[in-house]
Amino acid sequence: MNIGIEQGMLLAALLFLTGLMGLLVRRDVIFMLISVEIMLNAAGLAFIVAGSAWKQADGQVMFLFILTMAATEVAVGLALIIQLFMKLKSVDTNKANTMKG
Amino acid sequence: MNTLFYISSAFAVFATLKVITNKVAIHALLYFIVSLLAIAVVLFILGAPFIAALEVIIYAGAIMVLFVFVVMMLNLGKETKENETKMFNVKMFTGPAAISLILLAEIIYMLVHQSGASFALKIIAPAEVGRLLFTKYLLVVELGAFLLMSGIVGAYHLGEKEKLIHHRFLKTGKDIA
Repeated sequence: MNIGIEQGMLLAALLFLTGLMGLLVRRDVIFMLISVEIMLNAAGLAFIVAGSAWKQADGQVMFLFILTMAATEVAVGLALIIQLFMKLKSVDTNKANTMKG
Repeated sequence: MNTLFYISSAFAVFATLKVITNKVAIHALLYFIVSLLAIAVVLFILGAPFIAALEVIIYAGAIMVLFVFVVMMLNLGKETKENETKMFNVKMFTGPAAISLILLAEIIYMLVHQSGASFALKIIAPAEVGRLLFTKYLLVVELGAFLLMSGIVGAYHLGEKEKLIHHRFLKTGKDIA
């Protein structure tokens, strides 16, 4: 018996929901960035599962693009975190809600 | 082969839950790396060995190391020393190490039994991915290059330190505000 599309999609959905929960619950900006990474990874896993079910390589190509986007996003996001930390001496997003430029 | 899939997916979900419930950023990153390794095993079982290798090399090896560097850099302060003695005890890495060892045992089991062709639906070779990448999706590859370029420029611009403005009349930025 092979692994069906249902089990793989269920795993991807569980991981995505975990990441979404982390994004909504945590107030530390580093943890929020990690949660976004978890969600991107789960989306990539869903692409791989679908590509494996249809026996096509398109899903893996999409995973490569998601990987590219994740790398760019992490680089820019970490630079923003460093700037935020230099300004506020903290990585708590509750302290960054004043928008005073 | 279903059992191996279920074991590694359970570990992936467990490690991800440990990521979002952890208080210390470095411990959370360690669990996230373990979660990525578990997902890489899942991808290997699903017949995508190239993507499984990329997941380990790029995600766990490059992106997560960037995270670790920044977290280590931000922690610089007076409490760094006591933090480090608290952080690197044996208890904190037994969980991730145990999960990684079980995943390694799974990979060794699969390699020894050579059931690669039988369990996956169909193994998609890297050559097929590359052929598709540079024919059908060539435009998207170029857009990805644009994205990486803008990412480099943006990270460089955002990451540099704020310059002091020396003006003839306005000594600091505070005078303006």
